[in-house]
Amino acid sequence: MRTFRSIVGLLLAGLLGLSGFTASAATPVEIQRSFEPAARAGTPGFSGFSAARGQQFFSSAHGNDWSCTSCHTASPVAPGRHAKTGKEIAALAPAANPQRFTDAAKVEKWFKRNCNDVLGRICSAQEKGDVLAYLMSLAK
Amino acid sequence: MRNTFKRKIFDSIVWPVSLLLAFGLLIDDASAGTKGFSATNATWKAECGSCHLAYPPGLLPAPAWRRMMAGLDKHFGTDASIDARTAAEIGAFLENNAGQGKRGSDSGTLRVSETPWFRRKHDEVAASTWKNPKVRTAANCTACHAGAERADFDEHAVRIPR
Repeated sequence: MRTFRSIVGLLLAGLLGLSGFTASAATPVEIQRSFEPAARAGTPGFSGFSAARGQQFFSSAHGNDWSCTSCHTASPVAPGRHAKTGKEIAALAPAANPQRFTDAAKVEKWFKRNCNDVLGRICSAQEKGDVLAYLMSLAK
Repeated sequence: MRNTFKRKIFDSIVWPVSLLLAFGLLIDDASAGTKGFSATNATWKAECGSCHLAYPPGLLPAPAWRRMMAGLDKHFGTDASIDARTAAEIGAFLENNAGQGKRGSDSGTLRVSETPWFRRKHDEVAASTWKNPKVRTAANCTACHAGAERADFDEHAVRIPR
């Protein structure tokens, strides 16, 4: 019995440790919420994020050759393809790919890179929140 | 008599020694960079493999990898920047397993397909093959080297798409 208890204790401790380890795991909603203070500060009369504005932003060219859809396609519930290398890119919409937008550092890394490629600048918090609103509005 | 002696010396020392040297060079060249193809690192595989094949470190000499890692924000026309800690880990892995021998000399290019050994190895590939939509670019190793993801570039396994 004692052994059993200590095993359960160990397992519980392990689980706790694991959840501590994955403390950086977030949900798309939490990630979107983290953009809000900066969006509020940067957008006069900020009135939340908009899926429609996000879709518009996502599918438009912004002065460079590529738009978001060049790699992620106009239907981000489906896998995309890198416009240059042709390598498959897993679906971007959380409904189709639950791993998306669950790691804040990864989200920041890709927004920085891809906004630089598509817009030649970093994206504003409003733009990122809108894109997330659009992607979260998509159903599988 | 003297000539015969000279001949004997030649036969018994000079020939074997040069053969050994030549053999040593061959072995060295064949094994040069084996490590650069078998070595693996999870961070390298994940980061370098997200947009394209994670090109094995043995494909480029150490100085080229150093320049590559110093310019990730302008990586062949796209921004591939990563945080400093990740960059340091990947950079060390690439340099420690970088190309040796014929793949160890720095020709100045960062494109594997522009290095002298790559050109030599692929000089019999027809221009039409490179333009084939299934190939598109010399960066697309997997088009002909099915085992490229496992760093298997054995020329006997090459299948050129038609």
